[in-house]
Amino acid sequence: MTAGTSHGPRPYTFYLLAGLFCLFVLFLYGPMISIYILSFQGPTGGLVFPLKGMSLEWFKALFGQARTGDIGGAFSRSLPLALVTMAATVVISVAAGLAFRKQFAGSSVVFYMALIGLIVPGLVLSIGILVTFKFLGLRATWWGSAFGAHLSWTLPFGLLIMFAVLSRLNPEYEEAARDLGASNWQVLSQVVIPIVFPGIIAVALFGFTLSYDEFPRSWLTVGPRNTLPIEIWTMTTNVTSPALYALGTVTTIISFTVIAVALGSIAYIQRRRRQIGRLR
Amino acid sequence: MKLGNVSRYLQIAPLAVLLMAFVVAPLTLVLVVSFYQYQHLIGIVPDFTLVNYFDVLTNLVNWKLYLSTLKFTVFTLAITLVLGFWIAYFLVFHVRNILIAIALFLVCTVPFWTSNIIRMISWKPLLGKYGLINQGLMSAGAVDEPVEWLLFSDFAVIVSYVHLYTLFMIVPIFNSMARIDKSLLEAAVNGGATRWGVVWNVILPLCKSGIALGSVFVVTLVMGDFFVVTVMSGGLSGSVTFGIFNDLKFLNYPRASANAVVLVIIVLIFAAGIMRLVDVRKELTR
Repeated sequence: MTAGTSHGPRPYTFYLLAGLFCLFVLFLYGPMISIYILSFQGPTGGLVFPLKGMSLEWFKALFGQARTGDIGGAFSRSLPLALVTMAATVVISVAAGLAFRKQFAGSSVVFYMALIGLIVPGLVLSIGILVTFKFLGLRATWWGSAFGAHLSWTLPFGLLIMFAVLSRLNPEYEEAARDLGASNWQVLSQVVIPIVFPGIIAVALFGFTLSYDEFPRSWLTVGPRNTLPIEIWTMTTNVTSPALYALGTVTTIISFTVIAVALGSIAYIQRRRRQIGRLR
Repeated sequence: MKLGNVSRYLQIAPLAVLLMAFVVAPLTLVLVVSFYQYQHLIGIVPDFTLVNYFDVLTNLVNWKLYLSTLKFTVFTLAITLVLGFWIAYFLVFHVRNILIAIALFLVCTVPFWTSNIIRMISWKPLLGKYGLINQGLMSAGAVDEPVEWLLFSDFAVIVSYVHLYTLFMIVPIFNSMARIDKSLLEAAVNGGATRWGVVWNVILPLCKSGIALGSVFVVTLVMGDFFVVTVMSGGLSGSVTFGIFNDLKFLNYPRASANAVVLVIIVLIFAAGIMRLVDVRKELTR
């Protein structure tokens, strides 16, 4: 039996690789799950197993200002920053992705700028943006320099996803729409955008999560008021209680909510399409 | 397409402007500042000098940091490449139901959308001296005393890198494997190819753009990392970014910049070497 056949008994490599896959999933999720469990430690619990009772003690400690710094404040900055970054990433990378479908003068310059944004270490960009702001006499802020730093990472990512999405878009649909008399705007808004919409949701998901969790690029650019990842980083060095894990659990719940909304809406759109396709 | 060039430039202008402002300009300034002088208590003095590069390139500690980073990069790249290839291979060629394949693929990618720092510190309760693995080993009687090298060691650093970055390998390889026409494989088999022959001579060449892209991601992420090395090695191992960090603490931006420039050059050489193997733009936009 060979790879790629879709019938007959499974080759031994299936079982071998299935085993590898299961181990990998365990490796991926095991540690994360263990800190979620540990965040429910009883009041006397420590940073390692075994669990000493169950309580919400460490979640309370998290939001009691005195013990762990300004978690609420950091959250109130990280969330709007991620939402604005998401919106900007969607609009800008969808527009640019559409433009990139044809070669034009200067297109490769922009492409290589995006590639450099992906490749250059975040820490180096962080230094660069801080120096640029100092040079211009501006102060580093989470809504200014950190926002730009996040875009330097989310935009190239968004562009890559748009490349993957648009390369699967069959140009015949657009030609058909044009033959039927659609204007450029109608082709875009009623044919192209609806078809690639699941891809656009994926861009939004990346835009949000990359910004919400971004650390190296935020590090020097964030200014005096921290975003959540920076706050977590500070906690790793001075908080030695399960409150740290409680914070991990809280931010992961937020991430999981965002992921579920995004993936759920993609699945919903795909299912509706199949249903509509069947009705016709 | 009737869309004129003007509207095409309008569509791309915001991206171009933002990339100029937040990628090109900052990197240019880093380059400029790296040739400036640093004076204690005064800070940056805009006067041309090569002394920062001289400092960076003649410092033995710095060389050790570069070697250490290189070591981590090579190990992580090798492990994530093998893991990423076979996991993508499993999902694309062994899982027969496309919906299950997509679901399993999402299982692999979900952690990517959660906090890296949280994922990194989640190894502590497992690898620590009194962590789960040591508890297990002790109660199984495999060791008498806790194994010390699990946490705060090179081992812990590499485990974290593999944990954080294998995704960056799986996704592009999966993407290029999924495009392979399955009839090619049947043709290869009918032509007398063995199982390994198919993998080696058909699948591997056809997904080299995915491998290249994944490798570039992993190399740049590991080489630019400061935080995993700091936390997981407990300060025992270093990376290039340590030197940069130390200079920043004393506001020595010129030398930090010079070091950053050297780092970027090495990363770009790596990336260019990998990209030479494939025309990434053609692969991405086709």
